[in-house]
Amino acid sequence: MTTQAFLQVLASGILIGLIYALIAVGLSLIFGLMDVVNFAHGEFLMLAMYAMFGLVLVTAIDPVLLMPIVVGIMFVVGVSAYAGVIRFAMRAKANPGMVQIFATFGLALVIQGLAQYFFTPDYRNIGNSWLGGKTLNLGGVFLPWPQIYGGVISLLAFGGLYLLITRTDFGKALEATREDQGAVALVGIDRNRVFALGWGLGAALVGLSGAVLAVFYYIYPQVGGPFALIAYVTVALGGFGSIFGALVAGLIVGVVEALTALILPPALKSVGVYSLYLAVLFVRPSGLFGRL
Amino acid sequence: MSDIAVTAPITSFVASRRRQLVIALIVFAAIALIPRAVSDVYTMNVLILTLLFAALSQSWNILGGYCGQVSLGHALYFGIGAYATSILFVKFGIVAWGGMLFGGILSALVALALGYPCFRLKGHYFSIATIVIAEIGLLLVHNWDYGGAALGIQWPFNPDSWWTLQFARNKVPYFYFVLGLFAVTWLVTYAIVESRWGYWWRAVKDDPDAAESLGVTVFNSKMGAAAISAFFTAIGGGFYAAFVSYIDPESVMHFRFSLLMALPAVLGGVGSLWGPAVGALILIPMAELTRSYLGGTGSGLDLVIYGLLVMVVSLTQPEGIMGIFKRSAKKADAKAEA
Amino acid sequence: MSSDPIVICEKVSRRFGGLVANDSIDMTVRRGEILGLIGPNGAGKSTLFNLIAGSFPPSSGKIMFDGQDITGLPAAKLCALGIARTYQVPRSFDSMSVIENVTVGAFVRYPRMLQAREKAMAVLDYVGLASKADAAGSELTPPQKRRLEVARALATEPKLLLLDEVLTGLTPAEARAGVELIRKIRETGVTIVMVEHVMEVVMPLVDRAVVLHLGKVLAEGAPTAVVRDEKVIAAYLGDRHRAA
Repeated sequence: MTTQAFLQVLASGILIGLIYALIAVGLSLIFGLMDVVNFAHGEFLMLAMYAMFGLVLVTAIDPVLLMPIVVGIMFVVGVSAYAGVIRFAMRAKANPGMVQIFATFGLALVIQGLAQYFFTPDYRNIGNSWLGGKTLNLGGVFLPWPQIYGGVISLLAFGGLYLLITRTDFGKALEATREDQGAVALVGIDRNRVFALGWGLGAALVGLSGAVLAVFYYIYPQVGGPFALIAYVTVALGGFGSIFGALVAGLIVGVVEALTALILPPALKSVGVYSLYLAVLFVRPSGLFGRL
Repeated sequence: MSDIAVTAPITSFVASRRRQLVIALIVFAAIALIPRAVSDVYTMNVLILTLLFAALSQSWNILGGYCGQVSLGHALYFGIGAYATSILFVKFGIVAWGGMLFGGILSALVALALGYPCFRLKGHYFSIATIVIAEIGLLLVHNWDYGGAALGIQWPFNPDSWWTLQFARNKVPYFYFVLGLFAVTWLVTYAIVESRWGYWWRAVKDDPDAAESLGVTVFNSKMGAAAISAFFTAIGGGFYAAFVSYIDPESVMHFRFSLLMALPAVLGGVGSLWGPAVGALILIPMAELTRSYLGGTGSGLDLVIYGLLVMVVSLTQPEGIMGIFKRSAKKADAKAEA
Repeated sequence: MSSDPIVICEKVSRRFGGLVANDSIDMTVRRGEILGLIGPNGAGKSTLFNLIAGSFPPSSGKIMFDGQDITGLPAAKLCALGIARTYQVPRSFDSMSVIENVTVGAFVRYPRMLQAREKAMAVLDYVGLASKADAAGSELTPPQKRRLEVARALATEPKLLLLDEVLTGLTPAEARAGVELIRKIRETGVTIVMVEHVMEVVMPLVDRAVVLHLGKVLAEGAPTAVVRDEKVIAAYLGDRHRAA
């Protein structure tokens, strides 16, 4: 294989890896905050993609400009999911872990069903956009602009998230709540409010990735499944709750997936990622950067 | 120390165990009478699936409900059973009875091999690992040419016979087979849960460290639960293959199956003897009905109803539907005492 | 009581990262005694306790139990050998009834269900929880949960019973009942090691006390002698000083 072909694979892997990281970070954030795994995470992504699709259809404005609106919608979705479902799941007197898993699974089924009802099971895509179909030629390495845009947005989002957590009052409340849920009540932080905002933020982040993904990927009611699985693997690989871990693990997943596709038939491209994840987990049961 | 205080609760314990068993036998006998009243093929199919998922969920319940290891990858064991049975029959002419037994043993061995690394993982890490492992299994089978790859395996048609477990027209024999499977899984669970193993599983679920300090070998307990659970799940998979006479990777190893095995137990009540059956009795007919009346057009409303039910029951009844019975029985007891 | 040792700790150390929780501890527990393991906060009592119970292995050193080297053996094995423990924060199996909780412990000696249950019932009767046998573990009051923990441990028929702050936080009446129970248990020949933070609670009860401070043995001997030891007073005063 030529160096150029290798660089091509590596670059594509890094770009998709950045998007995987962005999909995963919201999941990791919520887990770190309150030990809840959202099994409707893939459906949040799907919802964001449909939101973008619908907005483009109705307004005919370019997806790049509509991105903030999708993020806003998903923030509301996240807060509502907390207020309507998760809040009650956390109060379960018996089998709390199981209640969380299956309550969010139920939510996932409902969202999927609604998507099918309103949008039919058909595959959709956003036909025309500023970025669609254009590629950048970097010395023989071809990179599609929508993916570059996605990678840049992902890096900006991670930067923003870092600033949010280290520099703002909300970030401090978030950090304090994840450290000690009991103590924060004493200093006047409303736990419920922090959780709700945490869900909003988590959903907004996956909304951002959906808004980016919608530009170059097919949109259908089950689109969330495969991406969610990648997100769970990414989060477990990086360590639940670790934001930095999600970024590193996302990049690893993207690159390993791209490299696997070189060796194994395309249908088996995920086997490399899954095997790597299992290998890491068996050596480090709490992931690369997880605290247990 | 008075001997009466010690022995009286033991006698009542033995009596209540015996009562449970008698009730179960009556229920099985009553179910066995159903085919006399029902002849319609559609209903018979729904009943067979209901009993199958009651049996499968009972098997899942051993590991997920009693031992507290929430597996979301049981489709792997279901698939192993289905594929082992199909391949042995189609390629080697070994009848389904042998195939199911072989699939069950193979599955139990796989569960032990996977349990060795996986049972060091805790909580969500464990659940996600089971999803991923089942997904790897699905991907591999998809690309396994000997096993028919994506096309799957079609069973040849043979005359109706209990020996080959093939019945083309009359589905009633399948009904009796799967009733037998359900009864066996129930009886096995019944026997184990009130034994040392059963208590150890429940202790492991509630607090593994405290269990360990009381002499419970936590790791071995989980391995035992996994092996038994996988064994019966694979037998269910083998039966399913014989019942539908055609399998492919998606139809027996999809993640959906892992969920379908866990859900009846969760809705009915995890870690209870009748929970999986009660859950299956609600979920499977409801899923079939909503699919026939609402889902045929792919409208998605069947999913919405299904999802709402799962959500509402798990939120309002964390101990499942059996939890309601348990509480009302307790209230009745309290009243009787007062 | 004899001077025959049941537990011997030889140069036992345990480090957590850079922190040395136990630093080369030599200690002996005599068969049949009630030993108080005391010391101010952060003295390393709980660490030593957990090392003997097998929650984690020592970083170095050797622990002997009943003439056998048990260093690094898992907790389940130690339980089979005759070491039982309670937890500082009671950890009952909340989905199981009280009798079922205790039966879990009894299975170590009685693998068959009915015998194990009979044993559990006898122990419940012994600790005064027989009337609660069918209640859920989660329904008990905190002092009842402590009794449940003791019952569970006794059901394993231990030679050595490790009690982790079982008397802390009880009302005086509850504490008196607890003291009475512990004395009763000792009379059956069980050796008892109690970890307590508050000296006043255990001093009348124990035969001997070992005082830990900053991971080392500061003093040991009869309770009356230990409380007059200047080093001990200084350590506790220092602790109070810091706390204030």
